[in-house]
Amino acid sequence: MSESQAGTLAKEKLVAPTIGLPKRPAGTLYRGREGMWSWVLHRITGVAIYFFLLVHILDTALVRVSPEAYNAVINTYKTPIMGLGEIALVAAIGLHALNGLRIILIDFWSVGTRHQKLMFWIVIGLWIVLLAGFIPRQLMHIFGGGE
Amino acid sequence: MTAVPLPNSPRRRGTNWEKWGWIYMRASGVVLVVLIFGHLFVNLVAGEGVKAIDFAFVAGKLADPFWKIWDTLLLWLALIHGGNGMRTLINDYAGNRPIRTILLVAVGASTAILIILGTLVIYTFDPCPVVPASQLELLPSFCPVP
Repeated sequence: MSESQAGTLAKEKLVAPTIGLPKRPAGTLYRGREGMWSWVLHRITGVAIYFFLLVHILDTALVRVSPEAYNAVINTYKTPIMGLGEIALVAAIGLHALNGLRIILIDFWSVGTRHQKLMFWIVIGLWIVLLAGFIPRQLMHIFGGGE
Repeated sequence: MTAVPLPNSPRRRGTNWEKWGWIYMRASGVVLVVLIFGHLFVNLVAGEGVKAIDFAFVAGKLADPFWKIWDTLLLWLALIHGGNGMRTLINDYAGNRPIRTILLVAVGASTAILIILGTLVIYTFDPCPVVPASQLELLPSFCPVP
């Protein structure tokens, strides 16, 4: 920009420059839609599983204290509320595991990034199949249905 | 002084720990998928599921070298995977420097303590411990009757 042009502009009324938002954020894996939501879910499920893992190592360590102490704590895992909690745990682990495999394919498979959206929906599909198998089985165990 | 190193500047010396962390998350992740789904199947799906878990059940598993190795791998791989994941989240979200340091030390310490505790439990565990008479019936069936 030459000085004369700049001088002309300076005399005009000062208007804040408006930069329009892009219509859609293109060319990125981690902003918006499947890519971002799988990332959000991966973080949330990861933190949840981590805190369960801390508790689970401590409760299992009770086998080293006494059979009575271990059984007293593990029996609380068999109540209906904890039984539903185990469904939530398996759901979180299943999603984290399947999406983790998707991340590995995105990173190492030559055409992985191109298929990341499709792979997200495959992850959701496999996750539903996994839970369709586990939830009835767990409800049978917890609420004492068939053997 | 430039904020970004010139493209032709020599690479920083030493081990690239972030790269190895990145590789570890993927390598351990694949193994953990197998180990955890195996663990969940044996403990929650097979037989009577969670209701079958008690001291005798765990003692039966930990008397078997196969499950000892399985559980040791599970302990080490999962805790380091989870601890490194938490480190990533703390670095992303804890903007306040002292709080970030405290959280990172807390994650590091709990990872180290639980790995030591868990490993000691697996390898010092006696499936047939000396117990008061009231707890004899809680022992696995393979223990000698006193």
